[in-house]
Amino acid sequence: MNTSILFLILSVISIVSALCVIFARNPVYSVLMLIVVFFSIAGHLILLRAEFLAIVNIVVYAGAIMVLFLFVIMMLNLNLAVETPTKLLSKIAAVIAAGLLLITLLGAVKGTEVPGPFLSAKAAEIGTVKNLGKVLFGEFLLPFELSSVLFLSAMIGAVMLGKKNLNEN
Amino acid sequence: MNSLSLESLYSLNGYILLASILFSIGIIGVLTRKNIIVLFMSIELMLNAVNLLLVAFSVHHGDPNGQVFVFFVMAVAAAEITIGLAILVMTYRNTGSISLDSLNKLKW
Repeated sequence: MNTSILFLILSVISIVSALCVIFARNPVYSVLMLIVVFFSIAGHLILLRAEFLAIVNIVVYAGAIMVLFLFVIMMLNLNLAVETPTKLLSKIAAVIAAGLLLITLLGAVKGTEVPGPFLSAKAAEIGTVKNLGKVLFGEFLLPFELSSVLFLSAMIGAVMLGKKNLNEN
Repeated sequence: MNSLSLESLYSLNGYILLASILFSIGIIGVLTRKNIIVLFMSIELMLNAVNLLLVAFSVHHGDPNGQVFVFFVMAVAAAEITIGLAILVMTYRNTGSISLDSLNKLKW
């Protein structure tokens, strides 16, 4: 019963913060609300016994990516930038499109019941750092090394794209 | 989801419902807002919804592959945001605005 109430509270926080992300006028408010979303999703992951991913979620998403967003906003003074308002027809079309997708996704699983308990018996031990590390460095070693090459290329690309063009006079 | 009691919400169907709602909110953000920063944040919201659903299924089946895949999704999201923000800085330097309407020509 306690986990159900906790699930409900975390879900309400996630959904309300997500709505504030897309409806806030000031982009700094959107960034702060997205940090609240990340923390609530980390709470959900802890509820699912996936503690490594919860901590990595906070460190990588809320700790690095959102700070990067705030750096860019503050450096370029983007909180003062004016955004052209969307037409009301476009907003209605967007809500209808997303609503149709939501109805399709929920209609596909309506009435289905998965047998058995929700958390499997091994749930608590597969979320630990030790067990996840064994799988990551055992079976997924090649994608792990390739993701380091991906980060290297992303870093080189970001530095190259961010340079001011010194060739033009 | 025949009866929406509190107990039936904390189940696999409840997580599918939550992840679908967050994904749809992300889609509304991508289609509605013209600010490129809010666009990137809506994409992050969609990625997080998918992460949550992957972990829920992985925990339900007792398979750690789902959680390892979430790890790689986070790595790819971090790399993508890096490049996206670099492109945004370059665009702002060239056009002076971050509204998506300023990018509606292939060459100006």
